[in-house]
Amino acid sequence: MPFSYEGVVYLRRLFRFAGKYKIYLILAPLMVIGEVAMETYIPQLIARLVNLINEAEQTPLEMREILLLGGQMILMSILSLAFGAGAARMASIGAMGFSKNLRHGLFEKAQSFSFKNIDKFSTASLVTRLTTDVNQVQNMLMMLIRMAVRSPIMFVMAFFWAWRMNPSLITILLVAVPLLFTGLGVIIKLAFPRFKVMMEKYDALNGSVQENLIAIRVVKAFVRESFEKSKFARSADDLMNAQRRAEKVVILNGPLMQILMNGCIVAVIWFGGRQIARGDMNLGDLTSFITYITQILMSLMILSFIFVSYVLSKASVARINEVLDEQPDIVSPEQSVQSVPDGSIVFDHVSFSYTGSKEREVLKDISFSIRSGETIGLIGATGSAKSTLVSLIPRLYDVTEGKVLVGGNDVRQYDTAVLRDAVSVVLQKNVLFSGSIAENLRWGNENATQEEIEAACKVAQADEFVKAFPDGYQMDLGQGGVNVSGGQKQRLCIARALLKKPKVMILDDATSAVDTATDARIREALRDQMPETTKIIIAQRITSVQDADRIIVLDEGKISDIGTHEELLERSEIYREVYHSQQKGADD
Amino acid sequence: MPPRNMKPTAKPKDLKGTIKRLLSYLSGSKAQLIVVAVCIIVSALVSAVGTYMMKDIIDIYIKPLIGQENPDFTQLLYVVCFMLLIYLAGTVATYINNRVMMKLSTGTLNKIRKELFDHMQSLPIRFFDTHTHGELMSRYTNDTDTLREFLSQSLPQTFSSSLTLIVTLIMLIRLSPLLTLILICLLPLNMVVIRAIGSRSGRYFAQQQKAVGAVNGYIEEMIAGQKVIKVFNHEKKAQQEFDRRNEELQHAATQANTLASILMPIMANLGNIQYVIIAVIGGILVLNHQVSSVGTLVAFMQFARNFSMPITQLSQQFNTILQAMAGAERVFAVLDEEPEQDNGYVALVNARRDEHGNLTECAERTGLWAWKHPHSADGSVTYAEWKGDVVFENVVFGYVPEKIVLHDISLYARPGQKIAFVGSTGAGKTTITNLINRFYNLQSGKIRYDGINIEKIKLPDLRKSMGMVLQDTHLFTGTVRDNIRYGKLDATDEEIEKAAKIANADFFIQHLPDGYDTMLTNDGANLSQGQRQLIAIARAAVADPPVLILDEATSSIDTRTEALIERGMDELMKGRTVFVIAHRLSTVRNSQAIMVLENGRIIERGNHEDLIAQKGRYYQLYTGKFELS
Repeated sequence: MPFSYEGVVYLRRLFRFAGKYKIYLILAPLMVIGEVAMETYIPQLIARLVNLINEAEQTPLEMREILLLGGQMILMSILSLAFGAGAARMASIGAMGFSKNLRHGLFEKAQSFSFKNIDKFSTASLVTRLTTDVNQVQNMLMMLIRMAVRSPIMFVMAFFWAWRMNPSLITILLVAVPLLFTGLGVIIKLAFPRFKVMMEKYDALNGSVQENLIAIRVVKAFVRESFEKSKFARSADDLMNAQRRAEKVVILNGPLMQILMNGCIVAVIWFGGRQIARGDMNLGDLTSFITYITQILMSLMILSFIFVSYVLSKASVARINEVLDEQPDIVSPEQSVQSVPDGSIVFDHVSFSYTGSKEREVLKDISFSIRSGETIGLIGATGSAKSTLVSLIPRLYDVTEGKVLVGGNDVRQYDTAVLRDAVSVVLQKNVLFSGSIAENLRWGNENATQEEIEAACKVAQADEFVKAFPDGYQMDLGQGGVNVSGGQKQRLCIARALLKKPKVMILDDATSAVDTATDARIREALRDQMPETTKIIIAQRITSVQDADRIIVLDEGKISDIGTHEELLERSEIYREVYHSQQKGADD
Repeated sequence: MPPRNMKPTAKPKDLKGTIKRLLSYLSGSKAQLIVVAVCIIVSALVSAVGTYMMKDIIDIYIKPLIGQENPDFTQLLYVVCFMLLIYLAGTVATYINNRVMMKLSTGTLNKIRKELFDHMQSLPIRFFDTHTHGELMSRYTNDTDTLREFLSQSLPQTFSSSLTLIVTLIMLIRLSPLLTLILICLLPLNMVVIRAIGSRSGRYFAQQQKAVGAVNGYIEEMIAGQKVIKVFNHEKKAQQEFDRRNEELQHAATQANTLASILMPIMANLGNIQYVIIAVIGGILVLNHQVSSVGTLVAFMQFARNFSMPITQLSQQFNTILQAMAGAERVFAVLDEEPEQDNGYVALVNARRDEHGNLTECAERTGLWAWKHPHSADGSVTYAEWKGDVVFENVVFGYVPEKIVLHDISLYARPGQKIAFVGSTGAGKTTITNLINRFYNLQSGKIRYDGINIEKIKLPDLRKSMGMVLQDTHLFTGTVRDNIRYGKLDATDEEIEKAAKIANADFFIQHLPDGYDTMLTNDGANLSQGQRQLIAIARAAVADPPVLILDEATSSIDTRTEALIERGMDELMKGRTVFVIAHRLSTVRNSQAIMVLENGRIIERGNHEDLIAQKGRYYQLYTGKFELS
């Protein structure tokens, strides 16, 4: 079983997130001890009470004594209740506080990640780690605080009282406990891998439903409903069978517990009965002793469950630690440059590979320089690393070789926030967030006035359609901007980037869903309104780049040519081909 | 797009009806249910008898032996053995019960899941427009989970708790009516506590649920947009908002969990207090001979403890049942959704000409298709050649009736023509193609396909006849080969590779780590958008359909590659009908007819030359740069 020292270290490392909730995490177990102490003491009093009544048939009864005993018991119960409630409260505060801190820590870490770090984890897995895994750990902690302390204490105390009551009867446990552990051990060992399979099948089923939902139009267009049904039926049957295999084992748990408990009860009655007859045991001790035996077995069973849930959550702990251990690979230098003087850009023998290995370089020995205020077009086939190239300018990735200069300084010398404020990128895969249009636009500049927002939208040709919405700039976008069309979304993203008043503006295929005329208007507005800003435009359409000052033609990670539209038409084979594929018939 | 609405209801609206409907799934398993019921009865009786025997053991078999010189234990041995046997029977009953119930609940769940999925496949696109994926997913996850809990635990436990309650009550009365009365007088306190905590914790749990949703939703959105956050230096802002939601969650979760975990110690200790009260009063009654013996008292106390347990259990079950039924209602709501209407009777079949030149149906693919009309009057069947002629007659459509998206659209596509739709986003281009294959039904007007109203064509045949490459490319988990084969399930490897070549995808597929056997996961996340489009085109090409609809199918593909694909597709679709939607005008330029759409109306039509000559909207779009520079 994977219960190792290493596992404990894992947990200990997470424990630093307890922060100011540490006190609760310590108080809760203390309260549990109090609760258990009371709980195990009460059967003692009950035994005395029964004995008292039993003896009263011979000797006259002391009413006072019974009431005193009853009073004591009620007091104990109230104390136990107070401790129990207190423990519940403390444990909740502690565990929830802990997981709040943990979530905070993880989110903070994720915020510090560079593009490379993000690529490494993938969005879906990061989300799972921040949600499901944290939840697992939180549940385990709740249980750990209350049960992990409770069970051993319960065991010790119940054992203590039972021992004091009748040491010889305790030997029954010598038979019962090994049986219990063997039984539970077998169940856990058998169930564990089966549950893992079941969880996998569960994920597979959910995955197939999700996929079907996303692609429902494809399914319907190809009339593949029955194909999908049989695919799903297979996953569903797989899940059911895995579930049955796993549960078949788990349901042994109840009968096992029952037979052991009842066996112990019968044994206590038999051996205890003989002792009572011989006068070695009081009649009243019998039921109390049974209570203790039950408490002991229960506590052991719960311990085994804790163990199981610990093992189950260990994977989550490990995944969380992976995120926490990840070092953001791009950080600002300590002595950083705090302002970007202008929008000039120099690529000096730049090579880049996502993995860092030389063989898989996607950019090879790129050199060029751009003057501040120039408009540069970037063109090349699918997969020619256009996006990669521009992502080096705001230092979203670090170059593998060579250097990139912005405003005369190596990008690695800048404070990243300063650099990225000055270099605005409209990403190819762009996202809007839930919230109003104005809120989204203010990402570019928190303090932008309504006039500034409208001005930016006018440049991005978005003002008109935004104003046509019933709520105008206050319209809610919905998650992922589902309430606007693709072209509208792109224009809003451009406006958002413009609000930064950047020194360099990069449009990475940012107008692909915008019609040609609007696209042209955007470019014209950019040229007129932001003459100082360096503009880099990546596009599939020649028309989007042909009036740029210079056009860079990228081919398989290398610069194939640089020049004006006319120059390239004359000398670049690739450029000419692209041009003709789009232009034929236009001259008619 | 139509508006989305989601209103998850927390409480079931029709509790009785839902339970009834849910239980109807079990009606086929009457024998198993009887076994379960018998087992539960046996278990309850065993635990009652076992406890009851304690009294006799103490009073009859142990007490008289006290102080005897040579006590005879044989009687005690017998009774103890008997007790063991009874307990054994109880254990066996528990096991059988668990086992049968496990099979029954997993089987039922499986049935419900399949029914849900099957029904979902039959629902119209409109349904998927109005329900978010997350919402539908939770039918399969959260809702079925609560159902499972209900079937495997709540249902048998409710039965067994009620039974235990009744049996225990009978035993208590038999032991001492007087003490029973006292015990019942103590019960309302339990009820009050359960109710007070229960209702409050329900409220906080709902709050927690909401807070969890808010935090998780935020995490999802922000992590998905993490790169944008980086670009805009928005990390601190994101963290602030996250912390706000996180703290809200912490507050609600702390309250909800406190209440949930406080219930157990409270109930246990209330039980203790009642136990003490019964013990003290019982003791006094024993002495006054109002209760027959110590054994009776001990047994009574044991039963009293057993009495409060099922009450606590039942009250806890109550919440679970409510939740499960709310879940069941949501599942049933999907099952009750109206499936896509298909009253079509005209089928599309593969055909060949016999020696007389008449069309006959055949099984294999001939490149020739025929419409098969059955005539209900005389039972005869006639065949008409498929031509690929599509006509829109005054079509009016809106996703919601109040908001018309297409106004009075009339158009025709002749066999072998390539028809293009051009216009700004939201003009209604995609909507038109969605009407041809009846993703949506018309509000008014008619669409005729070779002269047949499409509503008279069997829906599967209609759609099978149209290959579609959609704007948003979606790939399935599986190999590249599997994904292309989606277009034609019995396609050979050669056919697949041929289709890939037509789509110009063969080259990059060959360069993937495992070629055609490369696994695609997560909607093909390991491919670029352009590559995904190429596979989607190959998928349509392998289907080799009579009609092809390309909806922005090449938007992420560079124009050179596009030109190559176009050549291949033109070859494939020779003599067939193609609909193309693109905003990139180079894509549509060589179409026979170009429709320019604006605000749901066709404002211009004609071929490229006509439209350029018209100097209208198309001309403006096409020459936008000249006009503006």
